[in-house]
Amino acid sequence: MIRILAARIFATIAIAGMLASGAAFAIDSSEDFEDPRMQARYEKLTAELRCLVCQNQTIADSNAGLAVDLRRETRQMLLDGKTDDQIRTFMVERYGNFVLYRPPVDSNTLLLWGAPAILLLGGAIVAAVVIRRRAGMKFDDEEGDELAHEESNA
Amino acid sequence: MIPELGQFALIIALCLALVQGVMPLAGAQTRNRAWMAIGKPAAAGQFVFVLLSFLVLTWAFIQNDFSVTYVASHSNSALPLMYRISAVWGAHEGSLLLWILVLNIWIISAIIGGRHLPEIFNARVVGVLGLVSVGFLAFILFTSNPFDRLIPAAMDGRDLNPLLQDPALAIHPPMLYFGYVGFAVPFAFAIAVLLEGRQATDWARWAKPWATMSWVFLTLGIALGSWWAYYELGWGGWWFWDPVENASFMPWLMGTALIHSLSVTEKRGLFKSWTLLLAISAFSLSLLGTFLVRSGVLVSVHAFASDPERGLFILIFLCVVVGAALTLYAWRAPRMTSDAGFAAFSRESFLLANNILLVIATFVVLIGTLFPLVMDALGQGKYSVGPQYFAAVFIIPTLPMVLLLGVGMHTAWRRDNWNRVSRHVRIGAALALALGIAISLLAWDGGGVLSAIGVFAAFWVMIASLVDPLAFLRKGQLRRMPLALWGMSIAHFGLGVFILGAVVTETYSVERDEALRVGESTSVGQFEFRFDDLRQVEGPNYTAVEAVISIFDGGEEIAVLLPQKRVYRVQQSPMTESGIDARLGRDLYVALGDPLGGNAWSLRVQYKPLVRLIWLGCIIMSIGGLVAVGDRRYRIARQDATAKIPAGTARETG
Amino acid sequence: MWRYFLPIAFFVLLVGFFLRGLSLDPSEIPSPLLGKPAPAFALPSLDDPAKTVGTDTMKGEVALLNVWGTWCAGCRQEHDTLMAIAAAGEVPIYGLNWKDDPDAARQMLRQMGNPYVANGVDADGRVAIDWGVYGAPETFLLAADGTVIYKHIGPLNLGIWQQDILPLALQAREQQP
Repeated sequence: MIRILAARIFATIAIAGMLASGAAFAIDSSEDFEDPRMQARYEKLTAELRCLVCQNQTIADSNAGLAVDLRRETRQMLLDGKTDDQIRTFMVERYGNFVLYRPPVDSNTLLLWGAPAILLLGGAIVAAVVIRRRAGMKFDDEEGDELAHEESNA
Repeated sequence: MIPELGQFALIIALCLALVQGVMPLAGAQTRNRAWMAIGKPAAAGQFVFVLLSFLVLTWAFIQNDFSVTYVASHSNSALPLMYRISAVWGAHEGSLLLWILVLNIWIISAIIGGRHLPEIFNARVVGVLGLVSVGFLAFILFTSNPFDRLIPAAMDGRDLNPLLQDPALAIHPPMLYFGYVGFAVPFAFAIAVLLEGRQATDWARWAKPWATMSWVFLTLGIALGSWWAYYELGWGGWWFWDPVENASFMPWLMGTALIHSLSVTEKRGLFKSWTLLLAISAFSLSLLGTFLVRSGVLVSVHAFASDPERGLFILIFLCVVVGAALTLYAWRAPRMTSDAGFAAFSRESFLLANNILLVIATFVVLIGTLFPLVMDALGQGKYSVGPQYFAAVFIIPTLPMVLLLGVGMHTAWRRDNWNRVSRHVRIGAALALALGIAISLLAWDGGGVLSAIGVFAAFWVMIASLVDPLAFLRKGQLRRMPLALWGMSIAHFGLGVFILGAVVTETYSVERDEALRVGESTSVGQFEFRFDDLRQVEGPNYTAVEAVISIFDGGEEIAVLLPQKRVYRVQQSPMTESGIDARLGRDLYVALGDPLGGNAWSLRVQYKPLVRLIWLGCIIMSIGGLVAVGDRRYRIARQDATAKIPAGTARETG
Repeated sequence: MWRYFLPIAFFVLLVGFFLRGLSLDPSEIPSPLLGKPAPAFALPSLDDPAKTVGTDTMKGEVALLNVWGTWCAGCRQEHDTLMAIAAAGEVPIYGLNWKDDPDAARQMLRQMGNPYVANGVDADGRVAIDWGVYGAPETFLLAADGTVIYKHIGPLNLGIWQQDILPLALQAREQQP
């Protein structure tokens, strides 16, 4: 009995402490959606949106008041039948591109999204050029049978 | 009195570092043996005084000397002794002191290990390392002095950030620094080679153990950070692609490329300028990381100090060191050519591809990390680049690399043919394919195509790594397998283990957030989590609410976990301590959330299959690196001191 | 041979960005609303819940909208500045009381003075979200037709008011039809 009381008192203090700091990580224990697909969309969206207060957390993980509010808005929009893109646009209209952890594909980010593939292509070309050149150069096969396993070590 | 001693020691160290930096380099240029010889005693002196300074700061922490601002800001009399010591490197100023101490340890090691190196080369290496020390000591003394006094002294300290009051996080920075800073040695070797200006390939054999050891430490340091984040932060993740995490990952990628490239240069005298550039880049990325973490140009949970003034100092230092190195490279590297050739299907080709792919991977991470800064600087607004981006694009260079790895490992130098090699890899490929498909279809709830590819890649690498040891075993010659080959097999096997853990955890983890009252349960798969009790617990410097969670597997109790929500008394900051039931096959993870009223609390329970393999894989990789370093051919023998610089291919050593 | 200069060239480019980055604040998020019409809202007034305060109330003249709460330390810090701006009478200040206790808010205004022409009570934070508010205090400068001209994040002081905001306000007033 006293333990529960003490726990309640401590809990109140703890909440006050947590609200004051906002640094703790949050657990979103609101009711799951009835539709598991909508729940999955909710989880995916809130994991992609950046909290502007605790800027190193998603709104799914953040304890900040704003994150709680934005989760609520997201939930409401899903129930209202909005698409994922509409929800993302809603957020960007208000907070800018900063709020999206997955950068949008626009004229600014073409290079960002395209770079890996472009670099891979460039790398392949470099490799082809170098290998072709080297294959044309002399390399002494006579210097021992290079196929011996002992030679194959790092 | 004593803290001033620490500061004074740093000043002396700076003077000695200046001597160590300038004299040997000048001596090497003018062939003045006396000047070259001064390097070693100067370095020894610098080490002594830096160590002294570090010990003075540590003493201040142990003795609770709150007249020192740094101690008052980051410690507390109630802080347990272990954390009072680790608090020394818990924030900006002290961590820099750790940086320079670690650099000095590497310098002394390089001097001892390099005592048989040619005189001029060695002098240049010592000189370059001395100049790097000058930069850091100057940075500490002029902008980040840990010995500043607080007048009047504080009654008690503001306590160490509770997040840092943890054993894993205590060792994480030293381990990481031994890694980052260690790349200064191959860097110095590269500069020495470029200054020499002649063809040189022995340097690759000399540099390899240093590069490998740094890589080992860095691997462990990163793994420690990841493991800590997983069990400490309460969200069950192990990598967030945070800018500071990326800042440690890029030197690792470059370092991996460096180790492999050094092999080619050592073996065939090829890729010389490439290897030199990699050696310069690995350390440059380490310095870049230091800049990113302490300048405030990026938003990061890890950011040490957001001080543009300090940032400017580091940037200038970066410009001088990296700028000079890359300019020297542009000037001298064109001479480092070789006319050795290799066939299209050869180990050299595979290692070339490996280098290119690792460099691409580094660029991918760099571009993603710096994109927000670049866009902001160009006035294009604020963007975020988060895990969703990195996870999507990182496999573009790394998947091909992992696939090529299995074949490249068994390909011979100079010329090989697919028929011969495929004999080694055919069975492995079939097995890996079977396992990949089987696990994706049958295990857990079934994954997708990507996870099947990932599992296939993991087993592909693991099986390919076993081929060599098995071949030796079959011939009864296991004991004769060279250490370097052991190292390669073990390290690659560790990579496969890591990939398996990462893919399986990311695909098949189950996470559930619930509001529970005492007595209620929730379940994930076959496991039932029952909220048994809630009680208050007092720690040395915190008060906690502790939940007692019993876990049942098919009705049988298998574990009792005690997740806590702590409030550290001094800083009044809340912290989660998760409860974890750890097995090799899976982790069961519980984090306590917030009180929700009505005696209910929010809880996050997670089922994380094979998550331990992530860090186990890293440990195995490190063991592989350690084993490889032990190979006899890396001992620098007396004859190296008079090494002629051979043109073309490297000589084989026994 | 030129390819050996690629690394140093790339490095110089990077340093350029870093240099620029040192004078930027990566965590400050500018408003995407600048130049756009203010998000419409109509909220109960703090003084009299029967009355409404909203974008319609503010139209017709250049105005300031200040987002605040009694829980916000920075808001208390800037309160004197707001009182001074209100006293000068050049630009009216409207308040958005964000996720606050109305009684405590009224109490604070009684104690510290009331610089606001009117205050809207945003109990659930929806309006603040529409305005892209992420941390109080934030202050918006609105044109007479309701266009958002400027946003200041953080506590106001007279220096910022006089140098940054007031000139824009006067300019907007002259451009009024």
